[in-house]
Amino acid sequence: MEKLTVSSSPHLRHSDTTAGIMLDVIIALCPAAIYGCILFGLKAAAILLVCVVTAVLAEFLWNKALKKPNSIGDFSAVVTGLLLGMNLPSTVPLWVAAIGSVVAIIVVKQMFGGIGHNFANPAIAARIVLLVSFPGKMTSFLEPVSDTVTSATPLAAEAGTYSAKMLFFGMHSGSIGETSAFLLLVGGAYLIIRRVISPIIPLCFIGTVGILTLVSGGDILSAIFGGGIMLGAVFMATDYSTSPITAKGKLIFGIGCGLITFIIRKFGAMPEGVSYAILLMNILVPYINRFTLNRPFGKRKVGRHHA
Amino acid sequence: MKNKYLGYFTNGLIKENPVLRLVLGTCPTLAITTAAINGIGMGLSATMVLVCSNLAISLLRNIIPDKVRIPAYITIIAGFVSVVQMLVKAFLPSVDSALGIYLPLIVVNCIILARAEMFASKNSVLPSVLDGLGMGIGFTAVLTLMGMIREFLGAGSLFGITVTANHISPMIIFLLPPGGFFVFGMLVAASNAIAKKNGKKAVEHLGCESCPSRAACEKITENKEESSNEQ
Repeated sequence: MEKLTVSSSPHLRHSDTTAGIMLDVIIALCPAAIYGCILFGLKAAAILLVCVVTAVLAEFLWNKALKKPNSIGDFSAVVTGLLLGMNLPSTVPLWVAAIGSVVAIIVVKQMFGGIGHNFANPAIAARIVLLVSFPGKMTSFLEPVSDTVTSATPLAAEAGTYSAKMLFFGMHSGSIGETSAFLLLVGGAYLIIRRVISPIIPLCFIGTVGILTLVSGGDILSAIFGGGIMLGAVFMATDYSTSPITAKGKLIFGIGCGLITFIIRKFGAMPEGVSYAILLMNILVPYINRFTLNRPFGKRKVGRHHA
Repeated sequence: MKNKYLGYFTNGLIKENPVLRLVLGTCPTLAITTAAINGIGMGLSATMVLVCSNLAISLLRNIIPDKVRIPAYITIIAGFVSVVQMLVKAFLPSVDSALGIYLPLIVVNCIILARAEMFASKNSVLPSVLDGLGMGIGFTAVLTLMGMIREFLGAGSLFGITVTANHISPMIIFLLPPGGFFVFGMLVAASNAIAKKNGKKAVEHLGCESCPSRAACEKITENKEESSNEQ
């Protein structure tokens, strides 16, 4: 007689694996990363390499030290390192990049329980730690294909310095991976087609910033294509464990990110606010999830006043 | 007999260290430990207040009516804080300017009130003074350690003497509030790990038993659980 295996639900399984999804993200990031290396030279490539290697090594050593199953095979550390590297200006010393990766993997990710348990996007949180710790180093950018150091990305530059084409295709200063809106959008489209991410968060995020900038009389082109919005909205705000589950939640999350970004850019002392916006909204995700949970079919809606 | 008195003194050093084991006095711990010297200044000022207030409160413990004991304790503590503040202002003006508002705020340092309520009001004079001294030194030690860590990583110096700042740029975040919380968390984690190794309980719940709003808090949690059960 054949043996019947009895197991608890779920019985339907999907063939998606963490490693597969992470590989898709890496593929989607590649065009913009390679373009950044061409734009800012070998130093940019070295930073990306240091970030990725340090991130993987940190994850490996942490698991080793705590006698946990090794998790570098799921490529999530590679994604974190790559994203962090793309978020750094090409002028930072390599040891700063390495510190960033260690902070991202050890402090933000592993100390809170590893993949799926982090309260904030590791790359974003690490970038903010570096930005706060080394403010000068983190805000000196290179002009493309030259060695001229500038502190002004298109966000801080005078309107009209860059043409729409330069902004869209990425001929301007900025972090290694944030310059080419076009290539980032190509990567985002790949992820949406592969159903790795849903388009709701990026659309709401970019749309909110665009509309608010337009309404307040700002330069919409440099606002959307000039800063870190494309990279942040497509690749970092959509991180699974730090973004809401439901479509309604994603809508709120995306609009919130856009709103905070706009407020920081318009009224804050800093030219860019994408990282802070995503970090703040990351922290709100558990609350957004709680208030946007889908009601199981047939369940009575329980009013708040009954509680 | 001697061992008993020694126990009152050593209790606050490690076993019931006010910052790491009782998790009291967190506000000054986080706020002023941006430099090692500030830690020492704050620690010693608080120690002096703690010893004096423990002494006075244990002397008056049979006279103070139970119903008004907290205001009475605060008044006594405030008196000693004023004395310490004037002394520091007069003889150590640099420490005074470094500590700023946190020096007068020793009045509301919960270590001092906690020791008055939990120890001095129930014990005679000598144990109370020894308890105050031990707790104060335990407080000072942790503040100094935290100050050293934050100053070294955040400014590249120790006790004001430049160590590494000329060679590598320090991480400014350690001088800011997030760095303070991070170092504090790491120290509590380390002390928990050491306590666990020695078979002691780790600090997990930050003293719900001693919290004044405990009753209200529990009520809210119960209500929440009920409503989630309904759903």
